[in-house]
Amino acid sequence: MANKATAQPLSVKFLATSFLMFWLVLAAFPFIWTLWGSFKVEGDFFSKANWANALFGGLTQAETGGSFTGDGYYGAFVEEEFWRATLNSFIVCFFVVTISLTCGTLGGYALSRSTNRYAFWFLLFALIFRAMPPITLVSGYLLPFFEYNLWGRLSTTIIVLVAINQPFTLWMLHAFFKNIPKDLDESAMVDGCTRFQAFRHVIIPVMWPGVITTGLFSFLLAYNDFAVTSMLLSKDNQTMVPKLASFLGTTQTKGNVMFAVAAVVSITAPLFVMVMVFQRQIVSGLTAGAVKG
Amino acid sequence: MKHATFFWFVLPSAFLMLLFIALPVVSVVTQSLYTSHEQVLVTVENCGPFGCTPVTSIDQEATQALQADKPLGKWAGLDIYKDRNHLAFSEVASAWVRADGLPDFGKNLMNLPFYKAMAFTLTYTFVVTPLTIILGFFIAVAVNSVAKALKGPTIFLTLLPFIVTPLVGSLILFWMVDARGILGAGLQWLTNNPDLSVKASTPLMWIMLMVYGIWHAAPFAFVVFYAGLQTVNSESLEAAMIDGANRWERIRYVVIPHLFPLVTFVALIQLMDNFRVFEPIVSFSAQAHATSLSYAIFNDLGGETRLLSSAAATSVLTIIGIAILLSPVLIRTYRDFSKPS
Repeated sequence: MANKATAQPLSVKFLATSFLMFWLVLAAFPFIWTLWGSFKVEGDFFSKANWANALFGGLTQAETGGSFTGDGYYGAFVEEEFWRATLNSFIVCFFVVTISLTCGTLGGYALSRSTNRYAFWFLLFALIFRAMPPITLVSGYLLPFFEYNLWGRLSTTIIVLVAINQPFTLWMLHAFFKNIPKDLDESAMVDGCTRFQAFRHVIIPVMWPGVITTGLFSFLLAYNDFAVTSMLLSKDNQTMVPKLASFLGTTQTKGNVMFAVAAVVSITAPLFVMVMVFQRQIVSGLTAGAVKG
Repeated sequence: MKHATFFWFVLPSAFLMLLFIALPVVSVVTQSLYTSHEQVLVTVENCGPFGCTPVTSIDQEATQALQADKPLGKWAGLDIYKDRNHLAFSEVASAWVRADGLPDFGKNLMNLPFYKAMAFTLTYTFVVTPLTIILGFFIAVAVNSVAKALKGPTIFLTLLPFIVTPLVGSLILFWMVDARGILGAGLQWLTNNPDLSVKASTPLMWIMLMVYGIWHAAPFAFVVFYAGLQTVNSESLEAAMIDGANRWERIRYVVIPHLFPLVTFVALIQLMDNFRVFEPIVSFSAQAHATSLSYAIFNDLGGETRLLSSAAATSVLTIIGIAILLSPVLIRTYRDFSKPS
């Protein structure tokens, strides 16, 4: 950084820093505001009368006796059974990630090693599938699922999410496997391994960084999905995001916006932790397709 | 790799995609050509003390039997595509004849659900995509210039809007611009208009949805450009400086050309993702002011009466739209693969 071409005069530095500050406030403030507000009563969360209430919780103090209250969380998790949705979300995410990675590593490995033309067509079709909005597929699922009595179950949703995830997983793992030198598994095969043994004993031990990164994105897709889960899950089996959406319908009229606020914070918290722990992998995953391709 | 080995390796993925992506597309296309059964009506003579009157009623049993017999409904050909909720040929034609100039024609078109959704989807896609790229680029340049120790936390905060569930992110923004929320109240104070409400105004709603879209996607553009900036050749920068290029010229003629392939990449991904805009409309409850193609499908599928055929027709039209948008990517991928490496 000490070279002259990249050195910056003070004015530019000031401009860049203030722009960055502005953006960081833009990016982070909404979350801080919601987290802070989730421990207040509705009158303080939407503090039209006096903005200081939002900060110090004047109405919360008047209504509950303390500056902070867990009423929103209690209402959401206990009264509205949000804990069940949390459990469902984690079941769905766990199975979606494991199954997509299992299928994806096998497929991605084969695609990265095959020089045949059909491997390319396979990837091209995966790209087309990746571009299709999930909701357009959902209208194709409903009738057969009703017909065979598959609708509403967690297992159906898991398989559907895995399938929708597959094109993306294949592309990403294909790119990662391309970076693992061919000589590695080929020399194992010269030594007498079959293709699968070479994969099992040579490739699997070195593939984990790519698999973890891809797994993170599979997790995000399953966790954040609304179109599929809201349409394919019955009321008892709802995951967190459709459950939150159902709060909007029923509780906003009852004046229990705070349930939804608590739910929003509960959905966001695991994502925060994930970004904190896996920041490096997320960044490398987002750029994997771009910088090399 | 041997053909048989390849086959067994890709079998699970291929099977899943065939069963849950390719087949549903076929099923959507088929469904869009059928329409739901009409209810079976029976007329019975209702005889009372004052004579007999014919009464028409729905034969529930027969209707259900018909439904169970042919769950797809009855053949409708392209009728669903032509009806008022989709391409609405006759309505468009009559609007064209009656219209008093182009703006009036446009206004009439906006009363038709499909064209209204299309208008918002396209505006959203083509406004949000370039602005995302520009904002992402500036953030990347700014982050690139901060001290090394601060980079980690800055990148962490910047990633948040992109990682957080779209439904949740847009909901938070919606609460903030609520008339009682912090931004909404701030806007009222700024404009000195206590009745200002984002929820009630169509233009403000469109702007908010797009602001959300940019806020959500800018981190993605940022990360890609930031990675690109790490690989800018510092020797070319120095050479440009020796040749007398000033700061702006160095960005314009060295950095931007270096990043240009990344711009196309981000633009294509963003076009795909913005075309499916959906969640923010749900959490902003914006359907009265703005609907998108995805939202129209969601709306048809939800509720008591699931309008499967109508949803299927919109889905097919959406897929066609995606195919048109995607054609440059496909051609590019094809060329990349075909050129000798």
